[in-house]
Amino acid sequence: MTTLQRKEVNPIAHLTPEDIEQIGRELDAIRDEVLAVRGEKDAKYIRRMITIQRRVELGSRALLLFSLFPPAWILGTAGLSISKILENMEIGHNILHGQYDFMRDPKIHSTTWEWDSASPAEQWKHSHNELHHKYTNVVGRDNDLGYGIMRVDEQQKWVPAHLGQPLYNFINACFFEYGIAAYDLELGRNLKTKKRRSNPAFRANLRAVGRKIRRQVLKDYVVHPALAIPVGFLMGNPLGAFLGTFAANAVASLVRNLWSHSVIMCGHFPKGVETFERTSITGETRGEWYLRQMLGSANISGSKLMHVMTGNLSHQIEHHLFPDLPASRYAEIAPKVRALFEKYELNYVSGPLVVQVASAWAKVFRLALPNRKPAKAIDHSIPPRHPAEQPAAV
Amino acid sequence: MTSPARTRRLGHVAVTRTLRDGAWRVVELITTPVVPADYLDVIAPLRNPTVLRARIEAVRRETANAVTLELRPGRNWQPHQPGQYVRLGVDVDGVRLWRAYSVSSAAGRKDGRFTVTVNAVKDGVVSGYLLKHARRGMIVTLDLPAGDFVLPASPPPKALFVTAGSGITPVMGMLRSTLPSLQDVIVVHSARTPSDVVFGAELRSLAEAGRIRLIERHTGADGRLKPDELASLVPDLFERETWACGPGEMLDDLTSHWTDAGAADRLHVERFRPTVLVAGDGGTVTFERTGTTAEATGGTTILDAGEAAGQLMPSGCRMGICYKCVLPMREGIVRDVRDGTITTATEVDGDKVLIQTCISAAAGPCRFDA
Ligand code: FES
Repeated sequence: MTTLQRKEVNPIAHLTPEDIEQIGRELDAIRDEVLAVRGEKDAKYIRRMITIQRRVELGSRALLLFSLFPPAWILGTAGLSISKILENMEIGHNILHGQYDFMRDPKIHSTTWEWDSASPAEQWKHSHNELHHKYTNVVGRDNDLGYGIMRVDEQQKWVPAHLGQPLYNFINACFFEYGIAAYDLELGRNLKTKKRRSNPAFRANLRAVGRKIRRQVLKDYVVHPALAIPVGFLMGNPLGAFLGTFAANAVASLVRNLWSHSVIMCGHFPKGVETFERTSITGETRGEWYLRQMLGSANISGSKLMHVMTGNLSHQIEHHLFPDLPASRYAEIAPKVRALFEKYELNYVSGPLVVQVASAWAKVFRLALPNRKPAKAIDHSIPPRHPAEQPAAV
Repeated sequence: MTSPARTRRLGHVAVTRTLRDGAWRVVELITTPVVPADYLDVIAPLRNPTVLRARIEAVRRETANAVTLELRPGRNWQPHQPGQYVRLGVDVDGVRLWRAYSVSSAAGRKDGRFTVTVNAVKDGVVSGYLLKHARRGMIVTLDLPAGDFVLPASPPPKALFVTAGSGITPVMGMLRSTLPSLQDVIVVHSARTPSDVVFGAELRSLAEAGRIRLIERHTGADGRLKPDELASLVPDLFERETWACGPGEMLDDLTSHWTDAGAADRLHVERFRPTVLVAGDGGTVTFERTGTTAEATGGTTILDAGEAAGQLMPSGCRMGICYKCVLPMREGIVRDVRDGTITTATEVDGDKVLIQTCISAAAGPCRFDA
């Protein structure tokens, strides 16, 4: 049974088990409606996105050959930032979720896609699709909550090291893609003992990340800057051209990292989002799983452009309910999902980006300090590593 | 021993190769994490060396039910032999579906193009789509020509072609390619009515010019052709090297007729295998590489059924969200246990239909490449 972390007011106290199963059926019906129309429109959409992203990238990279010209630098850097954001979010994240596997196009498929991120697709799919999406917001199971470096819930034990968490979070935001790679590797945990360090599976993953990072670093900070050198020669400043393009790539990566970190923080951190007890998902039914996704996610409201630039993760609630439906469909079904929340008197957490980011950061700051009043009967035991529970019923 | 000159030359080759490889590696770095060709797709989809594609250059209607597509293949295409077929991957409503079509044009065209002739089959998703929507400029995915329904290197002195319906397509490819070197050719072709004869005008004019002897059979009026009738139409039946293509029943009849006469080796048949997959409830699931089989009910997932039978199955979330459990299905039919969606795979799909085993149950016999 889905149990919330002990809270003073239980937002699902008014729901009977029948209600919860009924919610599940109604969500299944929404899913079926999308499946019935999924097809050419979605295929066209993702192909168009890929084409746009590649054009923007090629165009920006071409501009950055002239990085000595300030206008070319500014436009090129802006374009490259946009292209990197599109590539990671609307394209990479969604394809790796299998949202476009239905097309049977081996080029646009979760089994073959690789993205511009330090984390190799294979490893990310494991920690994100398999662990995070299954154990959403279960404290101790879902490592996305705080990425294993932060205190994210009043009921977690406070230690003085948590004082630094606003700083860790900021650093993590700047180097987000490396943070994700380290997180997918469970670096902290795996480096702890010699035995874990020498585990062949861990070492293989580590090598894969190393290869990926090496290629990316070479690309962004050596090869592309070097391509600008000939133009630099013509203008009498080859080193300036190299450094200009180098800086442009660094800025674009930083922008992408800060942006995706912000968007992702808005997904499960803002005020009003619930967390669940580790033991609560044993024998969870489909309806209960759906309910946990509903209560454990938060949306960002905004324009269509905003949704595209967040890879539709602004529709985090809809995404968590239906992670494998094409993301561009979330906006269509959001009103129906919202109506369901209202019908069952549940809290549909949503707000503009600035508000949600602020709310998430406020939580990071608040939990850096010990709780003002002691939480009731907190279970401080360290959770077991591997799921001992029964798989959730399909 | 290698002469010094040769060593130097070899060294030279090695250096250029190393340089070229090195340069290519830099190009690959420029485009990492995708391959350079993926950027090429944005401007020139036919140039991509990693995916074979073709552009439809012309669409010609043959009959009310058949259409000929003229295709310009992309890079890495290999020319076909007359009689062979190609697999086309066509995106129907956003989903890539593969079908095999015989090449109907002559081999060795200067412009490198070839044609396939698509006959709409009843309830045929792809043929129906092509008949309605094929347009100049459309891109389809393509596989290299295959099939051993071909003429031998030295043409036989007397040839007979027995075809029905769309079975004429590969034969037309053969006739167009090799008619000049064939002496004595008889074509026996069955279609429902005279206007249903694909390539009717061309066949009749070949007959008028005396290049072939054409025997048309209109099954709508005269019924199906029996081997006995064939024997009376073509008295020297077994002296001829024969190629037959058409519906399974006709080919079965012909095969037993030729076998009875002890002439089986002179008959070459091409079967279009229309795999009819009807959704039922449960079925035998076979994992081909390990040879494991499992009897699965319509209520058990392939993942559970496989594991119960001792097959090592990849899995992750076990609830349809992580895609870690996908396996290629060679042939079969499955039902999504969540929403009832039916997915089928036929031989012509190759091993390309990936099935999420944790949310799919057998809806008939299924064979997995695992
Ligand atoms: S095991 Fe996760 S989708 Fe099948």
